[in-house]
Amino acid sequence: MTATTTSARSDLAELGRSETALRTFLHGLPGVDQIGADQRAAQLGTRSIKTTAKAQAIDLAIRMVDLTTLEGADTPGKVRALAAKALRPDPADPSCPHVGAVCVYPAMVPYVAEVLRGSPVHLASVATAFPSGQAPLEIKLADTRAAVAAGADEIDMVINRGAFLAGRYQEVYDEIVATKEACGAAHLKVILETGELVTYDNVRRASWLAMLAGGDFIKTSTGKVPVAATLPVTLVMLEAVRDFRAATGRQVGVKPAGGIKTTKDAIKYLVMVNETVGADWLDPDWFRFGASSLLNDLLMQRTKLTTGTYSGPDYFTLD
Amino acid sequence: MIFEYAPAPESRSVVDLKPSYGLFVNGSFVDPADGGSFTSVNPATEEVLAEVAEAGPQDVERAVEAARTAYQKVWGPMPGRDRAKYLYRIARIIQERSRELAVLESLDNGKPIKESRDVDLPLVAAHFFYYAGWADKLPHAGFGADPQPLGVAAQVIPWNFPLLMLAWKIAPALAAGNTVVLKPAETTPLTALLFAEICQQADLPAGVVNIVTGAGETGRALVEHPGVDKVAFTGSTEVGKAIARSVAGTRKKLTLELGGKAANIVFDDAPIDQAVEGIVNGIFFNQGHVCCAGSRLLVQESVAEQVLASLKRRMAQLRVGDPLDKNTDVGAINSAAQLARIRELSDVGAAEGAQRWSPPCELPERGFWFAPTIFTGVTQAHRIAREEIFGPVLSVLTFRTPAEAVEKANNTPYGLSAGIWTDKGSRILWLADRLRAGVVWANTFNKFDPTSPFGGYKESGYGREGGRHGLEAYLNV
Amino acid sequence: MSERVAVRKTYKLFIGGKFPRSESGRSYLVQSANVSLASRKDARDAVVAARAAVKGWSGATAYNRGQILYRVAEMLEGRREQFVALGVPGDEVDAATDRWVWYAGWSDKLPQVYGGANPVAGPYFNLSAPEPTGVVAVVAPEAPALLGLVSVIAPAIVTGNTVVVAASPAAPLAAVTLAEVLATSDLPGGVVNLLTGRIGETVPTLAAHLDVNAIDLAGVTDADLAADLEVRAAENLKRVLRPVPADHDWTADPGVGRMTALLETKTVWHPKGV
Repeated sequence: MTATTTSARSDLAELGRSETALRTFLHGLPGVDQIGADQRAAQLGTRSIKTTAKAQAIDLAIRMVDLTTLEGADTPGKVRALAAKALRPDPADPSCPHVGAVCVYPAMVPYVAEVLRGSPVHLASVATAFPSGQAPLEIKLADTRAAVAAGADEIDMVINRGAFLAGRYQEVYDEIVATKEACGAAHLKVILETGELVTYDNVRRASWLAMLAGGDFIKTSTGKVPVAATLPVTLVMLEAVRDFRAATGRQVGVKPAGGIKTTKDAIKYLVMVNETVGADWLDPDWFRFGASSLLNDLLMQRTKLTTGTYSGPDYFTLD
Repeated sequence: MIFEYAPAPESRSVVDLKPSYGLFVNGSFVDPADGGSFTSVNPATEEVLAEVAEAGPQDVERAVEAARTAYQKVWGPMPGRDRAKYLYRIARIIQERSRELAVLESLDNGKPIKESRDVDLPLVAAHFFYYAGWADKLPHAGFGADPQPLGVAAQVIPWNFPLLMLAWKIAPALAAGNTVVLKPAETTPLTALLFAEICQQADLPAGVVNIVTGAGETGRALVEHPGVDKVAFTGSTEVGKAIARSVAGTRKKLTLELGGKAANIVFDDAPIDQAVEGIVNGIFFNQGHVCCAGSRLLVQESVAEQVLASLKRRMAQLRVGDPLDKNTDVGAINSAAQLARIRELSDVGAAEGAQRWSPPCELPERGFWFAPTIFTGVTQAHRIAREEIFGPVLSVLTFRTPAEAVEKANNTPYGLSAGIWTDKGSRILWLADRLRAGVVWANTFNKFDPTSPFGGYKESGYGREGGRHGLEAYLNV
Repeated sequence: MSERVAVRKTYKLFIGGKFPRSESGRSYLVQSANVSLASRKDARDAVVAARAAVKGWSGATAYNRGQILYRVAEMLEGRREQFVALGVPGDEVDAATDRWVWYAGWSDKLPQVYGGANPVAGPYFNLSAPEPTGVVAVVAPEAPALLGLVSVIAPAIVTGNTVVVAASPAAPLAAVTLAEVLATSDLPGGVVNLLTGRIGETVPTLAAHLDVNAIDLAGVTDADLAADLEVRAAENLKRVLRPVPADHDWTADPGVGRMTALLETKTVWHPKGV
């Protein structure tokens, strides 16, 4: 990366004080060649993960799932059921691990909190006028505080893509800093909405911007725009957290979200984590999948590995 | 968590190896006149795969004769559209049998199955498909209204891409209307012999393709045979020069695709992560057994430390081992002799004062193995910066200005390929103009395509393979 | 009044844009004139001059090279009678002039005809373009002295190569006179270098020289010598054009073959992404 020395660390902390400094830094990051990144991601996708490795990967992936529902039609009953599933994804098999977190709208947080109280499963909530982020800052911060007060220990915020694309990096930065502050002890995941940033150069810059502003996780997508998580976008973000740790010593998590539906997909991501940032990130504290239907496929594949028989959707709970 | 990948071996059962193979002459497998033979071994295990006939001068004579007859009676007079259809047939059969060919290639050569499966075989089929389409369009290829084939082509190919090099040789030759006698390398004859079966399966007329197996002497007998009209060779510069001498004063048309010592030039504004991938792909693809390998890394001094750190981290991810494991990135060195050469030059590098580094990696006990290696602190004067190692060994040099990069890149008798990594478009074009190399990869490396001419400047040989240009080698123009 | 005593011309070598005598101090009598008998050292000097000219000449724009070759034709046209006086038939001078014009026009067309975009199966820009191979040694045909010479020099230099030409030993006067044309045609010094004398003395040096990239054996009539030169050329894998049969019709359409044989094809790849 461009900054690897100790003095560079303090320099990085200063970047947020000036629009010019932020711009100079972000535009000084090495470019990303799209075709090369696509090919590297595709290449990692050809890894063949079988038998013991597959079993290990499936259990890890289950532990990394942020079991998500973000619908206008969500009700207390619906999210309670989801939370129950998060705790015991496969009621028939007590050896099956719980998921990483449940992710819901702020209004649904209290109902999920009732179910998860005292459990190791985290409670994440999308705040900051999700998914567009198009609300006054005060409202976004109030949204965040309300979710935390109701029991969320993880906040998934959206960045102001309009400001980012217009080059107003300071504004994006300040919003993240303010939201982080509003989070208090809750972890902050910063959603870049990479489908709207389009280029990998933008993804790399937005990743650094989010990390510099204090995000604990960087997350690809809301799931509400046509292009959600992709392997190459996640690769670029993983490279960013790798380089950020090298430059600052601080480790930041990564969460691809949206469109990851199958065990095969999930394993490709885990292989990418393994070969890009290594074992330190192969942990639910540092890597999550924002997903809903993925969990049932993981469970089906898990059952297949333990019983040798292919299962069907009728044998897993639909919540 | 430590994520260990369980072994994921590709099944060998798709390959039906015979205990012994004859020569493919005039459409059938025949025994050699003097009954000589040699064995082909799996370089990953040293297991003998098959016994293969060794062609002597009489066998070469028979093969050239068969090719001559087929040229005069069948293939030469055949309309281009019919030649095309045979080539299309072959392309299709290769696609259908690609897994079998890929596994056999990895067994015989030692290359990782993911490369034989995802690179070699798709390119082989594509090459036949591409040249098939030329067979009935030669008057439109830019070589005059009625370009004629040369006759019998003698083709000698190396062991690094056995089937792909066969495709590069046979497809354009046949499309242009020549017949061929091809000699595969002695350490990797098996896919060529399977290709002979594919010719039979395609009902290709007898004698159009003949395969004579053997070592250097067989190759010499073939290229020196007076009945040959065309010689095409891919291999070492040393042998290439010997062949150039041997055809002196004859009517034989010659094309040579020889060694290289390519510079892969990384500027401070390069897309670093992709550049590191390109460096790795440039030198560790196919164990570095690649004539166009990016074996000299020229990195701008201002980013050298950073690039090297990234490179080392990336190299630590390379999985070296069983070529048939689908997760293997670097396979076996093709032969004991090649391994000895790589070791010798690497030892010279260390002795000359360059710093040697390899990631920790466990190599199998049996077979021929060499860990991915880089040398830093290399200067232009080091032998490892000048001689082709043809193995997974990278020499790292630095430069300060674009002009110095060009000067160092061109400071070699070779001129096959080069790489450029920078985000600045005009710099790419400036360098591309000045690099004396037949293929320049900018922000990518080791890409191949049947439509794209490939071949070298200077002592890397002459003539081009691939594309419209590739036809020229097989036409009387 | 007595008849005016003519001023006779000294026929010298043409190296690096200058007209030196052979460093050996030797000359030979041919076509009623003393002509420099080039030595191996002269051949080496000519290679040095040719190499030095490569960068500028190959780096000149195709348009510029075309203009200069056309200028050669203009100058040659104006000197027609001088060549006729040397015994070159007028028709041949005209044909030689026309040949310069023909090749001049190729300078900015051959790369379009001979190169182009390759439709590779992937997200890449891929372009092949011809480039000059570098320094070319040329053995001029014994005859026709002028048209043959022009027919081997022009295709080599129009694409940006530089040449060292061994003139026909039996008819060097037209060659040296052509050099005078070239010297006054804006052609940079060293692009064409001319050696007169014995083929067997200078050409083996050129064939073996490691700083020569290609050799055109057009005028070699002795098959054994041709084979020997080809063997020497193999030392650094020079591109070799084999001898032209003595009955070759130099007035016929030459085609592009003499140009393309002295070109390298360079293929450049670049990804297409955002």
